[in-house]
Amino acid sequence: MNDVPLLVYLGIGLFMFATGAVGVVVRRNPVVVFMCIELMLNAVNLTFLAFARYAPSPLVPPGGQQHTWMAGQMAVIFVMAVAAAEVAVGLGIIMAIYRLRNKVDLDEMSTMRG
Amino acid sequence: MLNIPQGIEWLATNQPALLALIRVLLFVLPVLIVVPGCIWWERRLLSWMQDRIGPNRAGTITLKNGKKIGTFGLLQPICDGVKLFFKEDITPGTVDRLLYFIAPALALFPAFAIMGTLPWGPTTGVYGYLTPIWDSEIGILYMLAISSLGVYGVVLSGYASNNKYSLMGGLRGAAQLISYELAMAMSLASVVMVTGSLKMSEIVKAQEAPLWGVAPVIQNWFIFTPFGFISAIIFLICMVAETNRAPFDLPEAENEIIAGYHTEFSSMKFAVFFMGEYAVMFIFGGVFGTIFLGGHNILPIRWDAMAASSPGYGLAHVLRDLNYWLAPLTFLAKCVTGITFYIWLRATLPRLRYDQLMALGWKFLLPAAVANFIVVAIWIIAQKVYGPYGAIAASVMAAGIAYLLYNAVRQVMNQRETSMEKRTIDLVDGTETVPSVRAVELV
Amino acid sequence: MNLSQLPNISPNLIIVGFLGMIAIVTAIGVVAFNNPIRSMLSLVANFFTLAFIYFSMGAEMMGITQIIVYTGAIMVLFLFVIMLLNLSADSVISTKKLDVKPLLAVPVGLALFVGLLSQVMMPFAKVTQPTAPSGWGGPQAIGRTLFTEYVWPFEIISLLLMVGIVGAILLARRRVEE
Repeated sequence: MNDVPLLVYLGIGLFMFATGAVGVVVRRNPVVVFMCIELMLNAVNLTFLAFARYAPSPLVPPGGQQHTWMAGQMAVIFVMAVAAAEVAVGLGIIMAIYRLRNKVDLDEMSTMRG
Repeated sequence: MLNIPQGIEWLATNQPALLALIRVLLFVLPVLIVVPGCIWWERRLLSWMQDRIGPNRAGTITLKNGKKIGTFGLLQPICDGVKLFFKEDITPGTVDRLLYFIAPALALFPAFAIMGTLPWGPTTGVYGYLTPIWDSEIGILYMLAISSLGVYGVVLSGYASNNKYSLMGGLRGAAQLISYELAMAMSLASVVMVTGSLKMSEIVKAQEAPLWGVAPVIQNWFIFTPFGFISAIIFLICMVAETNRAPFDLPEAENEIIAGYHTEFSSMKFAVFFMGEYAVMFIFGGVFGTIFLGGHNILPIRWDAMAASSPGYGLAHVLRDLNYWLAPLTFLAKCVTGITFYIWLRATLPRLRYDQLMALGWKFLLPAAVANFIVVAIWIIAQKVYGPYGAIAASVMAAGIAYLLYNAVRQVMNQRETSMEKRTIDLVDGTETVPSVRAVELV
Repeated sequence: MNLSQLPNISPNLIIVGFLGMIAIVTAIGVVAFNNPIRSMLSLVANFFTLAFIYFSMGAEMMGITQIIVYTGAIMVLFLFVIMLLNLSADSVISTKKLDVKPLLAVPVGLALFVGLLSQVMMPFAKVTQPTAPSGWGGPQAIGRTLFTEYVWPFEIISLLLMVGIVGAILLARRRVEE
C-alpha cells in the first residue's frame, strides 16, 4: 500500500540540500546563512528517515535484531539536538558581533584574516 | 431505513477519506458555532460579576401589543459579527504587507489545529469512528506542539504592524508563551508517566480505573489524585498564560500598550484574532477536561463496573448507557466550564507585572512541575512495590516534604519582598505621607 | 524503461508529492527572499511540511519532534534574533558592481542536485517497498531504543545541550563595565 518510491524522498532531500548549500555560499546575512545550514541539516534528516524506513542498516547493533530501523531515527534525534545547541551558540555569537560593530555582514567580518 | 451505526461502519471500510472529512467537520463546525456564544457568555457573565447589565438589547422580540420579550441579548454576537464584517478594513501605509495579511491566519491556525487529537467522546462503539480526528500515538505531544505555534501569530502581527506598541506586545506574548510552554509540558509529563501513553484516548481510559487503585466504584480522575491535582493547577495557570488571557494578558494590556499586537488590525482581521482567542480558550477547556476531568464521563462513578456486577438490565445499565450517549454534551459542558473559569479569572484578578509573570513561570511553576514529576515517579514505584495503600502513604510523606519546602521558599520570598518595599519607599521620598485609602461610601 | 516499471500512483504518493513540492518551493524561498524575516517564514513552512512528510512515512515521533524542536523552538529563536537586530533586506546599492554570485548560484545548485541525484538514482531506483514494520516510529519504540542501546549518546547529547545553554548565556550576556 505504501508504495512511495524511495527516490521521491531522496529527491526532495537532495534538492533541499543543494538549495541550502547554494544559500550558504550566496547569502551575506549570517542569520540567513544559519538558516541555510538548518535547511541542509533537515535535508539530511529526511534522507536518514527515508533510508531507515526503506532499507534498514545491515549493521546489527548489539541490542538485537529488531531495532535495526531505529538507527536512522536515532541519528535524526541527535542531529536535532546538535542543531539546537549549535543555533543557541551561533545566534549568541551573531548577537555579540552585532553589539561590537552594530552591523552584521559576512563579507565585512574579515578582521580575523591574517 | 437509515441505520447510522451500520452506515458509519460502511464508510469506515469503503470511504475512509470521507469519514475523515466527517470527523473534522463534526469537531470544527460546532466550535465555529459555539465561539460567538462564548463571546456572548463572556460579556453577560462579566457584566453580571461587575454588577452591570451588559449587552441586553439585541434579540429582543417585540409583540404586536407592544410587549417586549428579552432574550438576554443573545443576538449580540451576530450584531458584532455584522459590524466587524462591514467595517472599513484599514491597512496602515507602513505595514509589511505580506506579514500583515498572513499574521491573523497564523494566529487562527493553532486554535483549530489543536483539536486534531482531542476526543470528544468514548472511543468505543459508534463514537470510536467519529472521534478523535487522529487517534495518534502522540496525542498530547501534538497538542503541545501546535499550541507552541501560537507564538508566530503574536510575534509576526506585532512585527508587521510597524508600531512600537504592537512590537512590544508581540515580544511580550512570545516570551510569555515560551516560558509557560515548559511548565505546561512538565505538568503533562507526570500525567503521561502515570498513563504510560501519549494517546488522549488512553489517558481518558486510565481515568476510568478505580480511584487510587482502591475505591472500586469511583473513577480515577487525575484531578482527584495528589500528583494530578498539582499538575492540574499548574496546567490551569499555564493554559491561561498560553491563551494570553487575564491576568496574563500583558501582550494586549490596554493601559500600557494600547491593544498590543493587534492594535493595527481592523475589521475582519481583528475578528479573526478575536475568534482564534475564543476558539483556543474553548478547546483548552476541553483539553483540561480530557486530561484531568475524566474526558467524556459525566460523574466520576464507574457505571461499567457497577453494571457488570449487577445482573439484568438495571439502573446502573441505564446510567452507563446515558453516560455513553451524552458524551458530546458532557464534553461541551466541560469546555463551557473552562470558559467560565477564564471569565471568572478575568473578573477577579488584576493583571500581573512583567517581572511577576516571569518569576511565576520560571521560579514557581517550572520547579513545582519538575518536583511533581519526581513525586509521580516515586508514586509509581511505590504502587508497584507496596501496592495502592503504600502509594497513598508515600504520597502523604511527599505532601509533608512539599509543605516544608513551601514554607522555606515562602520565608525566602518574604525576605525579598520586604527589601523591595524599602526601595519603593525611597522612591516616594520627599512627598507627604501617603494618605490611607478610605472606603467611599456608596449610597 | 517500460511503463510497468513506473510506480503506480497511490494516494500516499500524491500526498508525498504535494508536500514535497511545498518543501521544494519553500526551500527556494529561504534562499531567494531578500528579507530575512520572509526567508525565516519560508523555512518555518518548510520544516512544518517536512514534519507532515515524516507523518506520512509513519515516523510520528520524529514528525512531532520536528515541529516542537524546529518550528516551536529553533525558528522562534531565529525570529527573536532577527527582530532584535532589526535586520532588513540586504543592501544591494552599496556594492556598485554587478553581483554575479546569485546568477552563478542557480546553475551551480542545479548541477549539484543533478550530479548527486544521478549518482544516487541507480542503486535505489528499484526500492519501492518499505521494510520497516508499522509502528516503527511510535514513541514507545523510540523511547525503548533511546534508553537502552543509545543511552550513552543520549547522555552525551544532554551534556552538549548543557554546554550550549551555558555558552549562549555567556555570549549573550551584557558585560558590565567596571
